[in-house]
Amino acid sequence: MNPNCIIINNMDNVAVVVVKICKGDPIILPDFSSIPACTDIPAGHKIALRDMKQGEDIIKYGEQIGRLNAAVSRGDWVHIHNIFSLEDDQA
Amino acid sequence: MKTFMGYKRGDGSVGIRNQIAVISTVSCANPVVEQICAEVPEAVRLIHQGGCGSGGRDLITHTRTLQNLCRNPNFGAVCIVGLGCELIPAESLHLAMLVTKKPVEKIIIQDVGGTVKAREIGIKTVRKMRDDLNKVKPEPHPFEHLKIGLECGGSDAFSGITANPAIGVVSDWITGMGGTSILTEITEMTGTNEILKRRSAVSETAEKIDALIDRTNSEARKILGAFADLSISAGNMEGGLSTVSEKSMGCITKGGTGEIMDVIEYAEIPDQKGLIIMDGPGYDPVSMTGLAASGCQLILFSTGRGSPLGFPGVPVIKISSNTVVSECLKDNIDINAGAALDKGKSIEDIGNMIIDMTVRVANGEKTSSEVHGQDGIVCLYSMDRTF
Repeated sequence: MNPNCIIINNMDNVAVVVVKICKGDPIILPDFSSIPACTDIPAGHKIALRDMKQGEDIIKYGEQIGRLNAAVSRGDWVHIHNIFSLEDDQA
Repeated sequence: MKTFMGYKRGDGSVGIRNQIAVISTVSCANPVVEQICAEVPEAVRLIHQGGCGSGGRDLITHTRTLQNLCRNPNFGAVCIVGLGCELIPAESLHLAMLVTKKPVEKIIIQDVGGTVKAREIGIKTVRKMRDDLNKVKPEPHPFEHLKIGLECGGSDAFSGITANPAIGVVSDWITGMGGTSILTEITEMTGTNEILKRRSAVSETAEKIDALIDRTNSEARKILGAFADLSISAGNMEGGLSTVSEKSMGCITKGGTGEIMDVIEYAEIPDQKGLIIMDGPGYDPVSMTGLAASGCQLILFSTGRGSPLGFPGVPVIKISSNTVVSECLKDNIDINAGAALDKGKSIEDIGNMIIDMTVRVANGEKTSSEVHGQDGIVCLYSMDRTF
């Protein structure tokens, strides 16, 4: 089975799924290891690559793109319900 | 491959095409330019809406854009068609061309006795230029002479995940070869000030980037009001983007990971090589006009919804972010970065495919936009009113 997600930069702690994933389905990483999805995840959305605490930065493209306002587990969906913009933080 | 077969110009620049530009100085001269180009199909038609009725910063920007478009190394000779009473006179373009030592002629409609005569003189002039240019043969030149413009248009949720990071691989390659890549579309850099500042080679460049993004945002807010805050829309969020920084990263990832060497004005020719940021809007035809005027011989253009537009005289490589659009618009797409979603390819693989095509295009292979005549018109960047 081919990978069904993309990790854009090696520093990233999230991957982007390229097809719709249902809860429990395997998310197959570029190195062919797999993570079970904790929830349904729409195509183009992000999943956590490891367990993370509240307040940790989300790294995509090797850069901070937001910060967690709740803890997440490996395989969790990462989106507006659990991250906030660092721009909002500055404003 | 370390070299490409290009055409050396008198100012030291190297073209990847050997073409004649026929350019109007004002929109009143556009029909004569079209008539000349209809008779000499090898000539490149550069027509636009400007040349008069503007003032202040627009007049400065438009003059620089038209002058520097003529200086693009893909043009080996230039025929300027003016009316005679416009604000940007043919003389100003003619003078600017002298430094390039390219063959240049000007035809002024009011001086030669009307459009019929201007057309006749133009056809004769351009045919002679074509015959002379045909004698120029390409020679091998190192890739440090190549300047690549980076563009995204009609983006979708996958543009920032497949096509744009793959373009970033090409940007890192060309700057590594000693060449140049130019990143623009400042309206799409909101929220990335700190990231771009950190990547700047010197602190002066970092300050320029910061000021440019802030100025662009405040002008957007002045005109668009509350709509300016929709730089991340509900549609973007449905597509999987969570923050403005994430969306903007999807755009600036086209510039790869290299140091930013300088920040230039719209349509300015950079002094430095390496990764350059140019002022300019997100709207594709205006953005591509600036890239062509800054001397880019080639543009890489990612699209998710399927933008077919190219640019006159400058080959544009179209890269789709998904397989559906590459199949639907197959005549208009050169490379399908959607293969990273459904064909098991890595971003690196796609980046290498684009590098291979860039090398072929630099050596003369035509892109889909050239084959299918998607070159359109020159769209000038305007900020003020027309008088």
